[in-house]
Amino acid sequence: MRHTIAVLVENEFGVLSRVAGLFSGRGFNIESLCVAETTDPKVSRMTIVTSGNDQIIEQILKQLNKLVPVLKVIDFTGTETVDRELVLVKVNADNGNKAEVLRLVDIFRAKIVDVAPRCYTIEMTGGEGKVSAFLQMLRPIGIKEVVRTGKIAISRGA
Amino acid sequence: MQMTGAEIFVRALADLGVDIVFGYPGGAVLNIYDALFKNTKVRHLLCRHEQGAVHMADGYARASGKTGVCLVTSGPGATNTVTGLATAYMDSIPVVVFTGQVPTLLIGNDAFQEADIVGISRPCTKHNYLVKETKDLARIVREAFYIASTGRPGPVLVDMPKDVLTTPAEYDLPKEVSLRGYHPNYEGHPRQVESAVRMLLTAERPVVYAGGGVILSNASPELAELARQLSLPVTTTLMGMGAFPGSDPLCLGMLGMHGTYTANMAISHADVILAVGARFDDRVTGKIDEFAPHARIIHVDIDPTSIQKNVPVDIPIVGDLKDVLRKMIRLVKGKKEAAAFREKTSAWRGQTAAWAKTHPLTYKQGKGKIKPQYVVEQIYRITKGNAIITTEVGQNQMWAAQFYTYDRPRTFLSSGGLGTMGYGLPAAIGAQVAMPERLVIDIAGDGSIQMNIQEMATAVQYRIPVKVVILNNGALGMVRQWQELFFQGKYSQTCLPQIPDFVRLAEAYGAKGFRATRHAEVPDVLRKGFAAEGPVLIDVVVDPGEMVYPMVPAGAPLTKMLLV
Repeated sequence: MRHTIAVLVENEFGVLSRVAGLFSGRGFNIESLCVAETTDPKVSRMTIVTSGNDQIIEQILKQLNKLVPVLKVIDFTGTETVDRELVLVKVNADNGNKAEVLRLVDIFRAKIVDVAPRCYTIEMTGGEGKVSAFLQMLRPIGIKEVVRTGKIAISRGA
Repeated sequence: MQMTGAEIFVRALADLGVDIVFGYPGGAVLNIYDALFKNTKVRHLLCRHEQGAVHMADGYARASGKTGVCLVTSGPGATNTVTGLATAYMDSIPVVVFTGQVPTLLIGNDAFQEADIVGISRPCTKHNYLVKETKDLARIVREAFYIASTGRPGPVLVDMPKDVLTTPAEYDLPKEVSLRGYHPNYEGHPRQVESAVRMLLTAERPVVYAGGGVILSNASPELAELARQLSLPVTTTLMGMGAFPGSDPLCLGMLGMHGTYTANMAISHADVILAVGARFDDRVTGKIDEFAPHARIIHVDIDPTSIQKNVPVDIPIVGDLKDVLRKMIRLVKGKKEAAAFREKTSAWRGQTAAWAKTHPLTYKQGKGKIKPQYVVEQIYRITKGNAIITTEVGQNQMWAAQFYTYDRPRTFLSSGGLGTMGYGLPAAIGAQVAMPERLVIDIAGDGSIQMNIQEMATAVQYRIPVKVVILNNGALGMVRQWQELFFQGKYSQTCLPQIPDFVRLAEAYGAKGFRATRHAEVPDVLRKGFAAEGPVLIDVVVDPGEMVYPMVPAGAPLTKMLLV
């Protein structure tokens, strides 16, 4: 089963490799990993999407907690969360399909952020379902390149 | 007062009570060696190889319970410590390794004797540091010792660039350590402990499965008291030898691949297992799906990751064993439930005694070649069990575990987790430094001893009177045993026809050498060797065909033992 885990860590040298090394060294999966500073510049927040059975997830959470620079580990499974991913997509945009691209951008509340003679670059954010639906719709038009940030998540409520 | 980083480092060691450092100098740590030269509080022992230095620090730590300290230079000095770090990491031994590093500005430039030791050692240390500024050095040294010795102990590495060691700063060693991401939990949850005792008291066939954690938390007296209050049979892991007195009638001996018939049968038939400071290692459980099929399991460990890692557990308790066992004792001591429990489990103890009677550890010493088991038994007799034994890895290690009885903790020092050949001699030196009054014996094999034989020079230089007994079978015995049993006797690369003359080798190092080739002379030769002054190497030429039994083949359940 897939789990989204937030890890608050000391914002210091080498902490990313400690976390990444833990996953590779123990044979755990990383589907995506997102890291940035929090409001406290001494603390970074990682959002990791991983998968495994209950026993593996329990090990992942415990092993993460065991790392000295890890301050807090939150498994979002079973809690109300908002999760988002940002994607940048370059699609073919010639006279035959420009209108179709624009319509999809409108439907998905995406944005065109760069225009070239035969290519649009689109920015889109959304949850997992929306992102994959958007990419699926664009595929027949011709995707030249996709960049995804990986998922970030936050709990709902105060 | 302003001091250089190197002076700060040495001063911090002294202030933290470090009396000895095992090390090897080099370019990146020259300033530290200069500061050590002027310091009188911190002794330095010059080893012959950095791997030896870490094993010495490790042996020192295991024998004394204090944190072992090691100091080496950058690059190859640092990479040579990796095996020692991994050894200490697998066995949870508090060791701090300090490495020199090239100057900060050169890091990443492939400078001379540069290695990314923080990167290399990350998966085999509990934590590690790269010191970036001199002002942080004293604090980091303090934290390194704190992390190494608290919670589940383990090795910590501190990498110190040369410019950090030459730059001056104020000396400021913090009194307290505050790490917001590191809070080991020492107190077992009282309600979990109550449930555990309740479950234990329902048992008809209880077994205590005790590991190295008992020794690390100095909880042997508590374990013995709980076991006696409830007459609980106790089996120990290799790492737990001595955690519970081996000569106690409740002791079932070691369990696992080369465990006793009794211990393996008992754990396989148990209905409640109390696991303390053990981690259900594959060498202990055999085929994991068939491990202890009838048992409910109570698992006490200070490291939450050890619990539910390999086997599902019914009652997990995270905490220091000393605390948890004390709480358990309080719940049963003098209670009538305890008396009733002893009564109803007496048949079970009768069963374990019967197993022990029908299937003891055994071997046959005929008139011919010397049996290695006989040698170990003689070492036990001559030392009356009062020696500190270290081992190498392989058959020598298993026989040392099987045929010497360990009644006290910190008397059996062995690389259990990593299985590091070449561990025994340097570990013996470290143990002897910690315990100068004790007789320290390395039970070795002719293969393993050659992996760190250079440390004989260290022993001779500092007159460290370790005794090495080589069970010399002219082969890499344990690997050959597997080839004999599972590879149709094809001894691929396990015969050692070119073995040095160990007696003359000892003499070349300036140590004393002895040899036994007939079984009748073994006791005398051992006695003479142990009585001789200074470091001694005793070469005992043993039967090369002898194998370690019982044996549970890898991947088989514990009840499928190959017996003698």
